[in-house]
Amino acid sequence: MYPADVKYTKNHEYLKPLGDGTALIGITHYAQEALGDVVFVDMPEVGATFATGEEFGTVESVKTVSEIFIPTACEVIEVNGELEGHPEFVNEDPYGKGWMLKVKVAGDLNPELLDAKAYEALVSAESH
Amino acid sequence: MSELKKTPLNEVHRALGAKMVDFGGWDMPVQYPTGIITEHQAVRSKVGLFDVSHMGEIWVKGPQAMAFLDWLTPNAVTKLADGQIHYTAFLTEQGTFVDDLLLHKVHDNTFLLVVNASNIDKDFAWVKAHAARWDVTVTNESDHTGQVALQGPASLDVLQPLVDIDLSQIKYYWFATATFKGLPVMIARTGYTGEDGFEVYAPTEETVGVWNALMESGKAHGLIPTGLGCRNTLRLEAKMALYGHEIDDTTNALEADLGWIVKLQKGDFIGREALAKIKEQGFSRKLVGFRMLEKRDIARDHMDVVLDGKKVGYVTSGAPSTTCGFNLGCAYVPVSHAPVGSRIFIDIRGKACEAEVIPTPFYKRAK
Repeated sequence: MYPADVKYTKNHEYLKPLGDGTALIGITHYAQEALGDVVFVDMPEVGATFATGEEFGTVESVKTVSEIFIPTACEVIEVNGELEGHPEFVNEDPYGKGWMLKVKVAGDLNPELLDAKAYEALVSAESH
Repeated sequence: MSELKKTPLNEVHRALGAKMVDFGGWDMPVQYPTGIITEHQAVRSKVGLFDVSHMGEIWVKGPQAMAFLDWLTPNAVTKLADGQIHYTAFLTEQGTFVDDLLLHKVHDNTFLLVVNASNIDKDFAWVKAHAARWDVTVTNESDHTGQVALQGPASLDVLQPLVDIDLSQIKYYWFATATFKGLPVMIARTGYTGEDGFEVYAPTEETVGVWNALMESGKAHGLIPTGLGCRNTLRLEAKMALYGHEIDDTTNALEADLGWIVKLQKGDFIGREALAKIKEQGFSRKLVGFRMLEKRDIARDHMDVVLDGKKVGYVTSGAPSTTCGFNLGCAYVPVSHAPVGSRIFIDIRGKACEAEVIPTPFYKRAK
């Protein structure tokens, strides 16, 4: 549920480095489960730049809406257009088909990102 | 933090993998692994089973029970036949809501009031305090009563094999006593989803047995357990009020579009004077239903209704509607913007998003 090749934020976004200075961004398994059925993802335009921690969009589920924040400073180079027709990909496969942004990382990766073990400890504490 | 209250089905929900949430002090299932959309659709097309044991049951008995309740609540209790139910409310002297409820008439001297879980203590105190000068006894049986709601077009088929009465003889908003696999229960043809369905009342210790029997009987009909998440989207499509959202102690029954439960001509009742005055003088805002015009705009509870950049009202409930295929909600708006077809704007995270006032209920089942 929390792949080791992925970095996590305390707000339940993830960043998956692709090894060439780019990365995929989305929300974690825990986040999609907490939100329930996702019906819409509001995402930025290609070319938008963000500083670490800035809000980059919202996820609407049947139940509620949630702001999503950028895990590390970056420029958006692609958005997952598939989500417009298939928002449920976020629930079904958050680290795969449910990715939201492909970004070019700017500078060093945010040092506060958690590894899988630390993130799992965080969510297990939250769910008790 | 005080311990959350649990219904007799708490362990059952956990075993089913439900996601549990704090709902007004109760540990309740918001959804099962199937998810809200699937659960919502099951109730609309087949059948779903809700645990509503957290609801409150208050009995009013005595020679003056009918007269007392006719004075305590705005709807006409004297018009009810034995075995009939109506939707009504406890109102303040100002005509605002203490709570809304279902009132069941057993006989002239015996009534069951079913109230919202989060208001049980407040409601019981309210009824008791007002009962003092009447020849009635008021008891709170909430802790001893379990309740499940079977909702959806296949409800009758699921329940019929388990009971000794002909369910087709119970009309909508009527109830009967029955034997459910040997156990005496009360069955009401009511619900909170806009579908046909039955609410089964049983002693707390028998509730798990009732639930399991319904789950088993429902297998062949596509029955799934359904949680509070879809209960909210279902009741919103049917435009049924939710206490704390559409109605509360700041909103009066007339502006809440519930004038039909206010029988001003029946004689005195709590809130009558205020409501008669409001009716005569008119009111400035009204509860309406709306749809968002842009597919991506979803209004949520408590968002502002804005006109010309100024807040003129608020959203009481808002959600995407699975059945209707658009995003809808209810809001208090100025009466000038209450007619169907009016355009209003909802402030969604700083952006004024256009919505249209449309007729309600948003969803009505085919009879």
